[in-house]
Order: sequence, then structure tokens, then C-alpha cells
Amino acid sequence: MIAKLTIPDFTSTARIDQVGVEERASRFTKRSLKNETKLNGLKLALNMIDLTTLEGKDTEGKIKQLCYKAAHLHDAYPGLPTVAAVCVYPSMVAVAKKALGNSGIKVASVATAFPSGQSTRDVKLRDTKYAISQGADEIDMVISRGKFHQGEYNFVFDEIAAIKEACGTARLKVILETGELGTYDKVRKASDIAMYAGADFIKTSTGKISPAATMPVTLVMLEAIRDFYYKTGKKIAMKPAGGISKAKLALHYLVMLNEVLGEDWMNNEWFRFGASSLANDILMQLEKQRSGVYQSGDYFSVD
Amino acid sequence: MSKRIEVLKTYKIYIGGQFPRTESGRTYIAYSPKGEQLANVCLSSRKDVRDAVGSARSAFGGWSARAAFNRGQILYRIAEMLEGRKAQFIDELVKQGSSKASAETEVNRSIDRLIYYSGWCDKYQQIFSSVNPVASSHFNFSALEPMGVVTIVAPQNTSLIGLVSVMAPVIAGGNSCVILASENKPLCAVTFAEVLNSSDLPGGVVNILTGKVAELLPFLADHMDVNAIFYGENDAANKKLIREKASLNVKRTVIYESKNWVEEKNESPYFINDFQEVKTTWHPIENIGGAKAGY
Repeated sequence: MIAKLTIPDFTSTARIDQVGVEERASRFTKRSLKNETKLNGLKLALNMIDLTTLEGKDTEGKIKQLCYKAAHLHDAYPGLPTVAAVCVYPSMVAVAKKALGNSGIKVASVATAFPSGQSTRDVKLRDTKYAISQGADEIDMVISRGKFHQGEYNFVFDEIAAIKEACGTARLKVILETGELGTYDKVRKASDIAMYAGADFIKTSTGKISPAATMPVTLVMLEAIRDFYYKTGKKIAMKPAGGISKAKLALHYLVMLNEVLGEDWMNNEWFRFGASSLANDILMQLEKQRSGVYQSGDYFSVD
Repeated sequence: MSKRIEVLKTYKIYIGGQFPRTESGRTYIAYSPKGEQLANVCLSSRKDVRDAVGSARSAFGGWSARAAFNRGQILYRIAEMLEGRKAQFIDELVKQGSSKASAETEVNRSIDRLIYYSGWCDKYQQIFSSVNPVASSHFNFSALEPMGVVTIVAPQNTSLIGLVSVMAPVIAGGNSCVILASENKPLCAVTFAEVLNSSDLPGGVVNILTGKVAELLPFLADHMDVNAIFYGENDAANKKLIREKASLNVKRTVIYESKNWVEEKNESPYFINDFQEVKTTWHPIENIGGAKAGY
């Protein structure tokens, strides 16, 4: 059990050096990875994916197909890991849960009036409880960005704490929607609020707003996690989501993760990619490594 | 006033409507037949092939969906732009060893060839499509569709006319392409990319690389996202390599014996047809009028 947390004053969180962060983030893209490392990195990245579909047009059939894909990424390539989880809307949790069976793949559900979060506390709590009752293993909530911009940090804090309580044993991912926060200072502040309020994960984006995850934003959040860990001894997981669709970029993120938080975080309990098309790009790279031939999307299942 | 220093052109490659340097950072020197150094040219790597095929794939959907007439307009526009820069091409051809007269013929013929294929854009379908007689109550017809991404090893003995002659029918038919320019005469290919870039042709429909055939040919031939490959030289070993590698995803291989591309007989709608797939549709109907099966 962790010693009682002292809640810091959120009006004076650490300031971020924008130029420094962007420069540092760009350095991670210049590491040389040898073939074997690359291969292991790709497989690890595959195993960290939250395979996501969050669309109004999602049907039960689509969810079932996605779940099949989650467990059978590319059967022509033996020995591949599965993804970490599938991420769906609450109404699809039961379908996904059933389709995944005992494959070990988790079901994550967005909740709290995703993606805008513009609703009442009561509705958000019921949304969360519904997803949990349907069998969700993880909840992806959004913070109230409007309240955050108004400076009502206590409101945001209390909301996260209330949702965390409603989650019970399910792990809570808190989406900051960094594309709507505007500055790195605010990203850092929102990260701190979420972690002190009880988040298990902090997550960059819903995927509905552009820009979504970027390397500098993720770096700011990873550093917030590191500082929180040094202060409290509690590990928080990270999930960049949206806009990561290329294997190469995923490897850059893993390099950054390794250099900021270290090997303890290099598994899917402590790091996830929220993505839908990333999986196929990684599969194409793996197949390229194996066969020596550049691949075509035509030979990989769409979802 | 000090003597003015001439500004020399950097010969870069053309991918996705932009002029990057090769990813590898390598160059080679293009020499004139007399051994004078003409330019530093990008020595492209397999990763440039990868990037170019990616651009060609993204550009294919939009280009193939254009109205045939519009593709014709754009080919005509390329010809217009080429006409406007005739002097520059003649100059480059002379530097690379042509006589003044043959350089002029080559450029003129290149312009005319673009006009020729521009005209064919909305006409070749009528020539090669058909309504087929069948023995059942079906309306059966075959129509052409572009193949997709085509990789092209440009004819090596010319700098401009060979490239234009093999590129034009490929894009007239709605394909996108990646062209490896003539290894020893690469100047006009790069300048021609500038012409393409200023003539309404969407970026990525034509991508032009410079480099060594021996190094890049395997990747042009075995890339799984390429639908057809063109080769027009007499090198038996290369032909064998292309056929073997292309079999991986059953690419179409279009292989000609070396031709003199300046000659007028080397333009024909059959070159367009070489890069088309035929789709046949069986549409059930009742017997029309008194017509019997096979009408």
C-alpha cells in the first residue's frame, strides 16, 4: 500500500520547455535499430496495441470480425503475439467479450460521454457502470476539457476520482485529449491531475480530434509519469492514441519509452498503442523482414 | 563587378510530386560521351523504390477515377509544357552526346508522342472493349481497367524519347508508375519531372528515380504492391530475374526487345492495352425480341 498521497497545488505544476521537449522528442527518431532489435520491437509493439473501432457505424458483425483479427493477426506468420485489447463503445462490450472468450485479450470500453465528455456526472457514472456490468476489463474515460480550461481543476479531479471508484477492479485510462488542451504546460497539469485522482493509465487522445498523439506530447506525459513515480512510488501506464499508423513511428515511441521510463514499462501492462491501422503496417514490416520483399496491403485482412 | 558564377542545377529525384534527394544520400556522376562531368545525380536506393511505390499507390485511386477525357487534357498539358522548354531539353541532349539535329528530332517526337497518347485516352476503350456472343440469356461484355502501379525501367539508350514513349501509354490508361531513368543519360528524366510537376498531373502518378539498374531492378520486380513491370532491353539475365521475381505476386511482365523509340511505328494503342486488365461482366437478361442465343 502506498503512503497517503499529498495532493499538490495544481495551479503551480511544473512548466514545460517547449523547444527542449520538441528537440528531445525528435532525437528519439534518430536511433539506429539493428534487425533483431527491430524484429523484437515490432512484435512487442504488436502486443501493445489496443485494436480500436469507435464509429457510429460499428455493427456486431464488425466487432466480431475485429475480435477475430485481434486473436489471429496473421496466421500465415507463426508465433505472433496477439494484441493487448480491443477498444469499443459500451454497447459493444458484451459482443466483444463473448467473441474474445478466453483468448486472454482484454476488452476496453470508452465511457463518460465519449468523445466530448459534455454530459452530467450522473450520466457519465452510469455509462461507466454499464460498461463494467457488460464485462469491460478497462475503461477509457475523457476528462471535461471545458472545465479544465475554466480552471476548475477540482471538478476535473473529483470527476476522475468518482469514475475510478465506479470502475472497481477495472483499470481506468484517462484521456486528456491533448489536441484540445493547447499547450504542453496544460498537458502536464492535466496529467498530474489525472494521476493524483487515481488514473491507472493516462492517454493522449480520443482519436476524434487532430492533432492526436504526437511524440512531444507523449514525452511530456511520460515525464509526468516518471516524476509521479519518484514522488509516490506508484507506476502509471501510458497510452498514446490516434495518428500512430506506421511501424516505424511505433518503434520511435518504444525507443522514447525505454529511454524515459526504462524496461519496467516495456510491456503491455504499462504501455499501449491506441490504433486501428498500425497492426497491419507492423505485420507488413514483419513479413518484409521475413521474406525480404516489400509487402502490399492486399494480402492482409482489413479488420 | 566580379565575374558571375553560374548556378548549377541539382538533379534530384521525383516522388509524390516533390523533389527529394535520395534517402541514401548517395550520388553518382553523369558523364558526357567525351568524359566531361555533367552533373551529380542521385543514386537511389531500395528505400526510394519503396517510397515511390507508396506514392504511386496513393495516387492511383484518384488518377484512375478521372474521366478519360480529363486524362487526355492533362497529357496534352504535359506536351504544352515540354514544348515551352524545348531549348533546355535540346541543350541537355547535346551535352549527353546527341547531334543538334537528332536532339531536335527527339524532343519534337517526344512532344508529338504525348499529343498522340493524349488523343487515345478516351478512345482506346472502344477499340479493345467488346460485347461478346454467348450461348445463354446474358448480356456479356468486356471492358478495360487499369492494372494499378507499374514499375518501368526506362529505355537506357535514350534520355528523353524512350522515357516518354513508355510512360505515356501507362498513364494514359489510368495507371500510376515508378520509372527508373536511363542510368548513363539521366539528365532529361529529371528535367522532364519538372515538366510533369507543372502540368496538372497529380503528384505520385509518375515518380522518377535515377540510379543503377542492377541495384534497383530486383526491388522494382519483387515489390508485392506493384501490379506490372516494364522492361525494354535485350539483357537476358535481367529478363530472367524480372520473370522470376514478378512471379511472387503474379505481376504482369511487359518485356519488349530494344526498340528505336524515335521511329513513328513505335507508338500504338496496343502499348496502352499492354497495361490494362480485362473485366468481363455477365448480365442476365431475357431474350430480346426474336434474338437467339449468341444473337
